[in-house]
Amino acid sequence: MIKLEELAGQCGEWLRGSGPDSDIVVSSRIRLARNLADFTFMRKCTGLDRASIERTLRERLGRIEQWDSVSFIDVNGLDEVDRQFLVERQLISRELADADGSRGVLVDANEQFSVMVNEEDHLRIQVMNSGLDLMGAWQRINQIDDLIERHVTYAFHERLGYLTACPTNVGTGMRVSVMLHMPALVLTRHLERVFRSLQRISLAVRGLYGEGSQAMGDFYQISNQITLGKSEEELIAQVSEVAQTLIEYERKARNFLVENGLKELHDRVSRAYGLLCTAQTISSEETMALLSSVRMGVNLGLIRDVEIPTVNKLFIHTQPAHLQKIRGTSLSTADRNIERAHYLQRHLGRRTHDESTENN
Amino acid sequence: MKCDHCDKQATFHITERVGEQEHWEERHLCESCARDYLSKPSEADIQSSLASALAQHLKIGQTADELAKLDKKTCPMCGISFFEFRSHGRLGCPHDYVCFEPQLMPLIENIHGEKTHTGKRPRRYAKGLDQQTQLIRLRKEMQRAVQKEDYERASQLRDEIRELEDEA
Repeated sequence: MIKLEELAGQCGEWLRGSGPDSDIVVSSRIRLARNLADFTFMRKCTGLDRASIERTLRERLGRIEQWDSVSFIDVNGLDEVDRQFLVERQLISRELADADGSRGVLVDANEQFSVMVNEEDHLRIQVMNSGLDLMGAWQRINQIDDLIERHVTYAFHERLGYLTACPTNVGTGMRVSVMLHMPALVLTRHLERVFRSLQRISLAVRGLYGEGSQAMGDFYQISNQITLGKSEEELIAQVSEVAQTLIEYERKARNFLVENGLKELHDRVSRAYGLLCTAQTISSEETMALLSSVRMGVNLGLIRDVEIPTVNKLFIHTQPAHLQKIRGTSLSTADRNIERAHYLQRHLGRRTHDESTENN
Repeated sequence: MKCDHCDKQATFHITERVGEQEHWEERHLCESCARDYLSKPSEADIQSSLASALAQHLKIGQTADELAKLDKKTCPMCGISFFEFRSHGRLGCPHDYVCFEPQLMPLIENIHGEKTHTGKRPRRYAKGLDQQTQLIRLRKEMQRAVQKEDYERASQLRDEIRELEDEA
């Protein structure tokens, strides 16, 4: 059984900051929506049904031999901070955290995949890889899906494919997402052009990290909207193609900043770094914004005292529930801001490793 | 131009497809409102586009009387009414795809631009509607048997379910 306290101390595989284009692409994620053939969808499930689905899945998926490092976390039995902790870590959705009744998540020890039980659909399988690696993520999730399928019968329709609670997911039941860090496009105010290129094939864009709705640290997530009529590989190719375009735009914007104002850029990222190293109390929002500058600074070789995996980790570990788990006690907003500043000081400001290990 | 949401200058101009293929909506937002707008959870956006696609489709296809009648239609398997589905955007069971097919198919085509799955298929699945609904029915009956502490009947039903699943 995974202990959340232990998780808090470690770091998911997908944050290691390697893989193709990982200076811009933080993670590639795929999720599959699946339902069991012998139960009604969640909306028409009684409390008894929910419990029965959870029990059935725990029992059957427990038989998968290759999964000895996989544990089940009973989300219904967790307090609010622990649920929030799993959301910040991207192991469960906000929807699962906020729901009622029997529900949970299967997580492997490296946090490379998770299977939510009783979310909008009976099963939500998710794989996250570091960098732009959608094909890698697809191969892995396809195998996981095959393994699960040996032990359960999915609701599947000859013509419509995998049947889901919401008709927007029917067919492949697949959502492919790429999380991009695009500080230079934000800084040069070229984001508009980016959105225009997206609307053409109706991809969804949204931010991710952050307490509340702001403070996104210049992260944007793109994903497919449609799930029917195209194969999984075709959907992946479509999202990949757009991701490549965005990467190209962001690189151009970064080059522009370097060529037309290196001093200002260097000043900006250095100040951000200085603030993070020395602040005594700092909000989540400010932390995100400054970390975003630092991340770009490291990737452009302007800051050499810290490495990308550390910066990636700080985005997650300075979130409210993480700070409280790491500290081992619940904290008020004001106390969190102090704890956050201390945490940042402990992890920045001194050379952690040899800078030659820089991989971007 | 002013931002749609506040008094600041609009610097982001977003054109979005809403529901119907030919229907486009323009948004003019300042930077901070654009951030807020884009950070909205995408599921909610999908939900609203689903609702508007559905509303569009129903408006064209039905009179008020027909719609009222349609709203009362329920799935014999899970008991969900069409009204409940269109108010919440979530279906009640796999059988809904069959019993609401005339209404759902245009909607699905509208959302996805396609109507046939071409991707992965599970190695085994309940063949046809009968087997699928049979599974849900047996499962419900088994639950009732357990509640009544009729364990003999429950275990009979469990075996039937297993048999069906193995056939799949």
